[in-house]
Amino acid sequence: MQPVVEMLNIRKEFPGIVANDDVSLSLNQGEVLALLGENGAGKSTLMSVLFGLYQPEAGIIRVKGQEVKIANPNVAGDLGIGMVHQHFKLVHNFTVTENMVLGIEPTRGGVLTLREASDKIRALSQQYGLDVDPDAKIEDISVGMQQRVEILKMLYRHSDVLIFDEPTAVLTPQEIQELMKIMKNLQAEGKSIILITHKLKEIKAIADRCTVIRRGKLVGTVEVKDTSESQMAEMMVGRQVSFHVEKGPYHPGATVLKIEGLSVRNSRKLPALRNFDLEVKAGEIVGVAGVEGNGQTELVEALTGLRSAEAGTVTVNGINLTRSSVRERINAKVAHIPEDRQKRGLVLDYTVAENFVLENHGNPPYSENGFLRPAAILAQSDRLIGAFDVRCGEGSQSKARGLSGGNQQKAIVGREIDSNPDLLIAVQPTRGLDVGSIEYIHKRLVEQRDAGKAVLLVSLELDEILDLSDRIAVVCRGEMVGLVDASQTNENAIGLMMAGIKGAVQ
Amino acid sequence: MKFTLRKEFLVGLTAVVLGLLAGAVFMAVTGNNPFAGYFYLFAGGLMNVERIGNTLAMATPLILTGLSVAFAFRTGLFNIGAAGQALIGGLVATILALSVALPQVLLLPVILVGAAVGGALWAWLPGLLKARFNVHEVVSTIMMNWIAYWLTYYTIPSYFKGAYETESRIIPEAGSLKLPWLTHLFSGSFINLGLLVALVAVVVIAVILNRTVLGYRLKAVGFNRFAAEYAGIQVNRHVVISMTIAGALAGLAGATLYVGYATSMQIGVLPSIGIDGIAVALLASNSPLGVLGSALFFGILQSGKGFMNAMTKIPPEIGDTIIATIIYFAATSVLIERWFDRWGQKRRGGKTSV
Repeated sequence: MQPVVEMLNIRKEFPGIVANDDVSLSLNQGEVLALLGENGAGKSTLMSVLFGLYQPEAGIIRVKGQEVKIANPNVAGDLGIGMVHQHFKLVHNFTVTENMVLGIEPTRGGVLTLREASDKIRALSQQYGLDVDPDAKIEDISVGMQQRVEILKMLYRHSDVLIFDEPTAVLTPQEIQELMKIMKNLQAEGKSIILITHKLKEIKAIADRCTVIRRGKLVGTVEVKDTSESQMAEMMVGRQVSFHVEKGPYHPGATVLKIEGLSVRNSRKLPALRNFDLEVKAGEIVGVAGVEGNGQTELVEALTGLRSAEAGTVTVNGINLTRSSVRERINAKVAHIPEDRQKRGLVLDYTVAENFVLENHGNPPYSENGFLRPAAILAQSDRLIGAFDVRCGEGSQSKARGLSGGNQQKAIVGREIDSNPDLLIAVQPTRGLDVGSIEYIHKRLVEQRDAGKAVLLVSLELDEILDLSDRIAVVCRGEMVGLVDASQTNENAIGLMMAGIKGAVQ
Repeated sequence: MKFTLRKEFLVGLTAVVLGLLAGAVFMAVTGNNPFAGYFYLFAGGLMNVERIGNTLAMATPLILTGLSVAFAFRTGLFNIGAAGQALIGGLVATILALSVALPQVLLLPVILVGAAVGGALWAWLPGLLKARFNVHEVVSTIMMNWIAYWLTYYTIPSYFKGAYETESRIIPEAGSLKLPWLTHLFSGSFINLGLLVALVAVVVIAVILNRTVLGYRLKAVGFNRFAAEYAGIQVNRHVVISMTIAGALAGLAGATLYVGYATSMQIGVLPSIGIDGIAVALLASNSPLGVLGSALFFGILQSGKGFMNAMTKIPPEIGDTIIATIIYFAATSVLIERWFDRWGQKRRGGKTSV
């Protein structure tokens, strides 16, 4: 059978780098093809070429056997190619229907006629089990629902080839399950799907074949059912990857962090965390599991001083820090790997060197009498770049903005670990990273634990929590639902607790 | 680092060249010879020591208000109130010059400190409002401009009335930034000690921004207040500090204008150096050294346009039009940068394909 889309020997260069070098792939009718590669391997570039955002320097594209030149996304749309971008392209104060018709507005005598469109959207939504309300405003619906609006947009525009760019990066575990179901429905209705991802589990769950690229070059295409996760990981990274983290024996020491009766309100002044108790001892990793938005963010902000607590106490090494400033907590040896690396963790317009001293630039040797000492800052930066394998084009002088997500995260992890904390609060430390970087960061966290530090790990990735933690606290609706030993639990039990079912504790 | 500086310089220079080209078109369209026009414009600013002195005197307050705006910009704040801060600085300077009896060596430092404190206070309040109640500094500084305007309008005629209702008494020699030997050196021009103040300010601000812990923190707050907060930097405190320093610079600008360049304080005018300072900062991409360069350039245009008008039939408004056009190009510097990038790419692309 003839493939729906063929990309042959595609080459795409940017100043200084070759993003795609002789890459080919083909997509068959009605299949899900996974496009696997590390961050920066060239997956998104390849798909942007197919979607008409970039013009390739060499290579040809065939759609349904016809050689085509895709000059811009409109041409791609006419060829039946649609794309769900990682960052959604939606107008927030428009309704679903208004977003759907944007650019192809149905009019009668110059007047918008949205009724028909909205009926058509409702019908499509039912056909594919999307459950989208055409009259809802984008700003009022969840991220998962917004993604479905994007999917619906492709269907409304009669796309047959659907490209998903890392669709699960922004979703909760439940929403991921639902998305998988939706993709199966799409497949059953005869749509062909390209799924850009670096999550092997998802590939195993949904894809038929998998094309792997590494550093812009094609590694190969495999049948998913005949290939194990570790084989695919090896193809992607180019070496053996261990999914399981080697940990030393569990020897908890004295209590470092003690949270008692902590209650916190969220930005809308509603209770987000209620009467929360938790201890983290030296030499252990305590994982906080839970679905996004169940009080984890508020917990972390209250621990780090970014948000004030309404009631309760936070003590570190016996010192009451409940009312302390961020600075006082940093001085009390609390380090924080923040949830959002670009919003909180880095000043993107500062160089890597400047970012490495974000917290301690006021201390010697990085400054003296109020003056910075560039030589000391540079030396520290060069040392951390080496020690934590941060890859950046111009070394210490690179702007943080120019680093890939993985390297930005490694820089933050390096900075926080190097501050030699007693308590390390790591929030979503591997969000959006590829397996190579994840493996690396996990190792470093475990090293901290083995070195006798207290580590509080907050993550939405259940696998990460189960792999790393010694004890696991599960939160739901701002309350502690259960606290269990990691060795005596499993994914199922934790999953039930995350849904708020307390009976699962024992 | 070096590369970006050079690129910003190139972009600024391109804006200037494009602005001058547009000015040439204006001159040609109004039936004048652009070459003659530009010759007399620049001659008017530079042809002898007196005119050079006047150009420097014209540029002096612009350097300081340009620095004020650029400094606030670098820390994420838009100080549109440099005019009001300069007016208060000038008012304080005038009051001190007219009422304190001290020898010049002692009186001038008192005047300068007073002017800086006055301007600082005038910006401190908007800074505080921003930090405490999240009142946007653009709104509050504009309102402070008018408070300064009316305060001056009341104070000068009531307590320091000179020959006319609309101006103060003449500033005595001991209270003036003009020094006889300096005036003499530049054949009787308006140049004054303010230039030295401005040059020192350029160095001080460059050092603060690039070399100190304070500058590091202020810029961090400007670039990303969330990351600054995360790192334990007190965001609100630094907003107030930044506005206060910006205000002090504008206050000094006021002193150099009212007790330096001028001989008495006029009421009923919000000094144009406030808004012009924004233009200076914009063209300079907010770099202190760039501010010095762009203020000097604007100084030449300002002081040369009268001569151009006298020697040709080109109206002096053309000078202002050129400034406006340059600002327009500087404001759209993103486009110019993109041209440079594309041009650079093409050149590189051409090389590899050969």
